[in-house]
Amino acid sequence: MADMERHSYDVVVIGAGGAGLRAAIEAHAQGARTAIVCKSLLGKAHTVMAEGGIAAAMGNVWSEDNWRVHFRDTMRGGKMLNNWRMAQLHAQEAPDRVWELEEWGALFDRTKDGLISQRDFGGHRYARLAHVGDRTGLEMIRTLQQHAVSLGIDVFMECTITRLLKGGNQISGAFGYWRESGRFICFTAPAVILATGGIGKSYKVTSNSWEYTGDGHALALHAGAALLNMEFVQFHPTGMVWPLSVKGLLVTESVRGDGGVLRNSEGKRFMFDYIPAFFAKETADNEAEADRWYDDKAGNRRPPELLPRDEVARAINSEVKAGRGSPHGGVFLDIASRRSAEYIRKRLPSMYHQFKELADVDITAEPMEIGPTCHYVMGGVEVDPDTEMSGVQGLYAAGEVAGGMHGANRLGGNSLSDLLVFGRRAGLAAAQYATKLGTDRPSVADHDVVTASRAALAPFEEEGGENPYTVQMELQETMNSLVGIIRTADEMTQALAKITELKERIRHLTVEGHRQYNPGWHLALDISNMLRVSECVARAALERQESRGGHTRDDFPTAEPEWGKVNVVLREVDDEITVSRQPLLVIPADLAELLAEQPEEKKS
Amino acid sequence: MAYDAHFRVWRGDVEGGGLVDFTVPVNEGEVVLDVLHRIQATQAGDLAVRWNCKAGKCGSCSAEINGRPRLLCMTRMNLFAESDVVTLTPLRAFPVIRDLVTNVSFNYEKAKQLPAFAPKPREADGTYRMAQVDVERGQEFRKCIECFLCQNVCHVIRDHEANKEVFAGPRFFIRYAELDMHPLDTNDRKRMAQEQAGLGMCNITKCCTEVCPEGIHITDNAIIPMKERVVDTKYDPLVWLGNKIFRRNGIERPSAEG
Repeated sequence: MADMERHSYDVVVIGAGGAGLRAAIEAHAQGARTAIVCKSLLGKAHTVMAEGGIAAAMGNVWSEDNWRVHFRDTMRGGKMLNNWRMAQLHAQEAPDRVWELEEWGALFDRTKDGLISQRDFGGHRYARLAHVGDRTGLEMIRTLQQHAVSLGIDVFMECTITRLLKGGNQISGAFGYWRESGRFICFTAPAVILATGGIGKSYKVTSNSWEYTGDGHALALHAGAALLNMEFVQFHPTGMVWPLSVKGLLVTESVRGDGGVLRNSEGKRFMFDYIPAFFAKETADNEAEADRWYDDKAGNRRPPELLPRDEVARAINSEVKAGRGSPHGGVFLDIASRRSAEYIRKRLPSMYHQFKELADVDITAEPMEIGPTCHYVMGGVEVDPDTEMSGVQGLYAAGEVAGGMHGANRLGGNSLSDLLVFGRRAGLAAAQYATKLGTDRPSVADHDVVTASRAALAPFEEEGGENPYTVQMELQETMNSLVGIIRTADEMTQALAKITELKERIRHLTVEGHRQYNPGWHLALDISNMLRVSECVARAALERQESRGGHTRDDFPTAEPEWGKVNVVLREVDDEITVSRQPLLVIPADLAELLAEQPEEKKS
Repeated sequence: MAYDAHFRVWRGDVEGGGLVDFTVPVNEGEVVLDVLHRIQATQAGDLAVRWNCKAGKCGSCSAEINGRPRLLCMTRMNLFAESDVVTLTPLRAFPVIRDLVTNVSFNYEKAKQLPAFAPKPREADGTYRMAQVDVERGQEFRKCIECFLCQNVCHVIRDHEANKEVFAGPRFFIRYAELDMHPLDTNDRKRMAQEQAGLGMCNITKCCTEVCPEGIHITDNAIIPMKERVVDTKYDPLVWLGNKIFRRNGIERPSAEG
């Protein structure tokens, strides 16, 4: 291993989406020698696909808004399973993180007074999302990317980390390979921040890109950290359903925030039939009130199309099952009959373009066909809410890979703000941790590097083994059909059996060609992560015998108060996944008060 | 409407390579990238192609399709007749790494050279106030997904290797233009574009505009106005005199970083 490329840093950030870039910027600002390592080119991470906006209670459009209302919306949207401290920090700090982006060059849409405009989204009491048309994620990643580049932070692009390295219970570095050359690379660093995003590529119908193979989740587990809430997977209500080529591709919630409604094949606005008791007091029960709400929030309740995503996705699923779906197995999302063509093109340019180019549908003239698509995992690495450090010293997680913040269901718009708030906090804490260690840093053990490199090369050694693409397809089918929106113990047991079979089969993978830019090889290495997180999702989902947020059991259809007090926690022990239950943190009384059904409005 | 398509894909690396034929099934509504993925999954597992979002939002999957620079994920198969041969080659302006993947580091190096955004201070009430109409001018250029198709077709980059040293290319001219129009930026972007990015070498053939998948009016809204303003501020004796007498917004302060 003497000829291996080696680098030494204070902080290594894995992932270059919103959380990774924000973490690196902060670590750099603290004076830490910082590197970003990412699987794709800089600026291509999944954040780029976020559309609607960044939730932050700035109060630019509704002065009644403040962090307490945002905190309440977030906790209620998450069915009270959120880590309250994370939800509090998130609501308090999100506005500063948005204003900071403006200082770094972001050009948000404006209000008439010239302030940052804010739009309506599901589950948010007030119009709260800072946005740029429907391409907010692109604006955010470009702003962070350009800022990070201007600071001169080192970026290792198209470089995949396959193993975290430890000395005792402390992080000592990370091992990986360059996608371009296939050569190995080893980082020595006392602090590693996981900002690797989610797990959606384990599902067949997903809005997620190829990078979403659960790398960070699997790396953390293997290093000894715990995952929590992995049963909570968000199916975004509105993905494209036709043509098949784009099935799952995201249709932004802004369509509904800006006035779009859902209809079934009979033309009925069916969401009025699906208002749960939990949200009844804040949801309009007739079309006239729902339509008035867009302009008069004080005197009217929110349209049911803007219920949290889990509620809307289940409703769509039920309509389709009842035979009231659209020709291609979805329902209709209609904004054409409710807003002018000019308004739609101005507010939703990407959606207009996407449907026109990929489906020959003009959304200013006809309804879209949409259905649920795997979008986000609420579960992730268990971290300290203030520092984002996991149970492993020196290992941090921020963004989608971290768990706790969103409870059982994430509100739209709370992801981009999550990335910024906790990306910054992780960068800050990691830099301070590295400083505190001084020169007393754990070293990288040679034999760990040898083991990691052998594991990475294994798929080249066997001939006549499995094709990794085949295994991936079978896994995606399995998760989609057996651990999807509606779950039963039977189906999840079948899924686990299939996962066990696939785990055995990937011990004998064969890839063709050589190490240079070889997607077959890259997949062969990613697939073990995909299987690992799929197993975690299925195991946790089987454990939680109730329905809550992004976890719906046909055999346990209601939310149970007892289950509302525990998290399901997963660990890797001797290569096996163990499942346990862990009590939730108790919410302090002053915050608990805010969660009542009709809270008193307080000014911050 | 499923049928078997005839694909010819350039395979090779820096040492050389050639077109390889594939016969591959195509289903209704598919794009070229779907078909490439099918080739990967069933016929050539190591076929190298970059992609991420598969929705025209990340700009990763740029290649040349029948000689025309396009995004693989936004090119529908119904653009071609069933009997057409679909030929895929890597971007020509950048060195090939393998198959359809090229080394686009030129663009990332140019990005590093661009002087950072330098905002003016906040208003007295702690806010920045900007009119929607003023941010929209810059927003057009911030739609850029960095697919680098404009860089790929630019003659200045494509035809003369030596130009790469001194010429940043259309992707960065729209960045300069965006910053020039940014209500908060305080640098003199006109001078920078001319002196550091080689704006003067562009001879306005509009090839960049034609291939932009975001429909950004690169030439008309960014390059030409920048060139005009450079001329205004650099050579116009009245402007020169005005600058001596009044201080003109945007050029009163030479850039510290520049």
